[in-house]
Amino acid sequence: MSELRLMKGNEAIAEAAIRCGADGYFGYPITPQSEVMETLMTLRPWETTGMVVLQAESEVASINMLYGGAGSGKRVMTSSSSPGISLMQEGLSYMAGAELPCLVANVVRGGPGLGTIQPSQSDYFQSVKGGGHGDYKLIVLAPASVQEMADFVELGFDLAFKYRNPAMILSDGMIGQMMEKVELSPQKERWTNEEIEKMHPWATTGKRPDRERNIITSVELDSEAHETFNNKLQAKYREIEENEVRYELTDVEDADYLIVAYGSSARISAAAIEILREKGIKAGLLRPITLYPFPSKKIKELSGGLKGVLSVEMSSGQMVEDVRLAVEGKVKVEHFGRYGGVVHSPEEVANALEQKLNGGK
Amino acid sequence: MEENSMAEVFNDIKKPENLVYSKSKVLTDNVMHYCPGCSHGVVHRILAEVIEELGVQDKTIGVAPVGCSVLMYNYIDIDWQEAAHGRAPAVGTAINRLWPEKIVFTYQGDGDLAAIGTAETIHACNRGENMIMLFINNGIYGMTGGQMAPTTLKGMKSSTCPFGREPAQDGNPLKITELLAQLPGTSLVTRQAVHTPAAVRKTKKALLKAFENQKQKKGTSVIEVVSTCNSGWKMTPVESNKWMAENMFPFYPLGDFKDE
Repeated sequence: MSELRLMKGNEAIAEAAIRCGADGYFGYPITPQSEVMETLMTLRPWETTGMVVLQAESEVASINMLYGGAGSGKRVMTSSSSPGISLMQEGLSYMAGAELPCLVANVVRGGPGLGTIQPSQSDYFQSVKGGGHGDYKLIVLAPASVQEMADFVELGFDLAFKYRNPAMILSDGMIGQMMEKVELSPQKERWTNEEIEKMHPWATTGKRPDRERNIITSVELDSEAHETFNNKLQAKYREIEENEVRYELTDVEDADYLIVAYGSSARISAAAIEILREKGIKAGLLRPITLYPFPSKKIKELSGGLKGVLSVEMSSGQMVEDVRLAVEGKVKVEHFGRYGGVVHSPEEVANALEQKLNGGK
Repeated sequence: MEENSMAEVFNDIKKPENLVYSKSKVLTDNVMHYCPGCSHGVVHRILAEVIEELGVQDKTIGVAPVGCSVLMYNYIDIDWQEAAHGRAPAVGTAINRLWPEKIVFTYQGDGDLAAIGTAETIHACNRGENMIMLFINNGIYGMTGGQMAPTTLKGMKSSTCPFGREPAQDGNPLKITELLAQLPGTSLVTRQAVHTPAAVRKTKKALLKAFENQKQKKGTSVIEVVSTCNSGWKMTPVESNKWMAENMFPFYPLGDFKDE
């Protein structure tokens, strides 16, 4: 049965993981997301669904535990925040290279370095451009509410397994820490070992006499063969770009100005649009739900009739590069955002649009 | 001997009733890429024999390292995961936790297990993960061309300590196996070698014990095999075995550290 609860975004991830039938969580504490593992350890799902929860010795170990779990066909996940995600980049590259599905939740805090524990959106590049070494992509989902923190756990797993590729929930300290009403899905059964062997014939479940041995690896020493493999990866990314773009539109029908914003910034920008419309400035919002694949086509399509586009993000300007690429120079694109752990207000966003795009009137 | 009687002897040897030894069915027919004289081939062989003798080919999952044995999934016919450098114990941890009825082993060199992966090694052993860790210690980085390893002996030459390892500059050789024996999560901790038939038999016996321990869920079994790297050491295989006995064994003494 589904259930209505008031809870933090981080707690919602933990609840949703158990309810969607995840097999394992491996993590390391870091603010502002430690509630994910704390919630799991309190709920003790190994006694109910059989889900394994383990506190690892580091984020490096966590992501490699995901490699082992995913390589054997299980639905495994971790969560962390920016510095911890940086440590996972090696493992994510190996997982993309070995075509392993997993879910990683990044509850972003301000950087660089140890930075701050306050919310930020400055991990956009790291998330959508690959992050580790080599040519690869993560499937990146950007929740803007506690409800989406919960919903994107199962969606993330589904997409990860559909494409045999790591998926990431890219949220921030605000979504992770704030409490909202959330409808939790009914409990689903975990896959049985027999189902796993049937659904994922590539997984290392033990070599039966009736099949060849399964090998999970990302190494290929023959350059020609490795180029062929990379072509296969790229074909998969084109397929993801074709099929999995998700976004939400608000007030774009009559808009002169478009704000592009995800996650917390989208919530704040929605309030900014109301302020602008009260002043007679017709602004609309495009909220990318998938950051990779990015809704480039839709942004390009909308840009024809616009006077300007504002990319609003809690960073010094990362997503704005993809927005500019999308509009192909057809319309002016500006960036606005507070960063380093500072969250911008709706008024600041509204003022920025007026100053940067509407001639400062 | 006459040519005819020679042919008779050869035909006689080939008769099934005269068969005294054959390659394990768990070993593939792929030609190994290892240098002649390298210990890896011997350890692979006895590992395959143990898997075959115990009848666990369908439930054993190996985790290969980064190092010369990175491609060992080509040689032993079981399911494999090839881990990032040093991360095999973390990879094995998850397989073990999620598939507790399987047998999991990692196979790692000295750089993998005792340098870049030290944290993963110690914590997997300290948690007592129910798996086997096979540790090939030849005191050098073979795959990358003979650089200093955490286990390179004092005074031993490598391409990154070309005048011999000097502790003041390079630090000291690490006896990680002794360290792992201190951890409550380990059950069997032993150091063996494969340079003589007797040593091969002892290593195989240790492996059988480790597989048995895993069946009984006794925690982590660590088997170090002091090994040769004649290419890295720039010696012939025979010289390498002699050098190992004279120089490696005094610092890395063979025997059991723990058998609980």
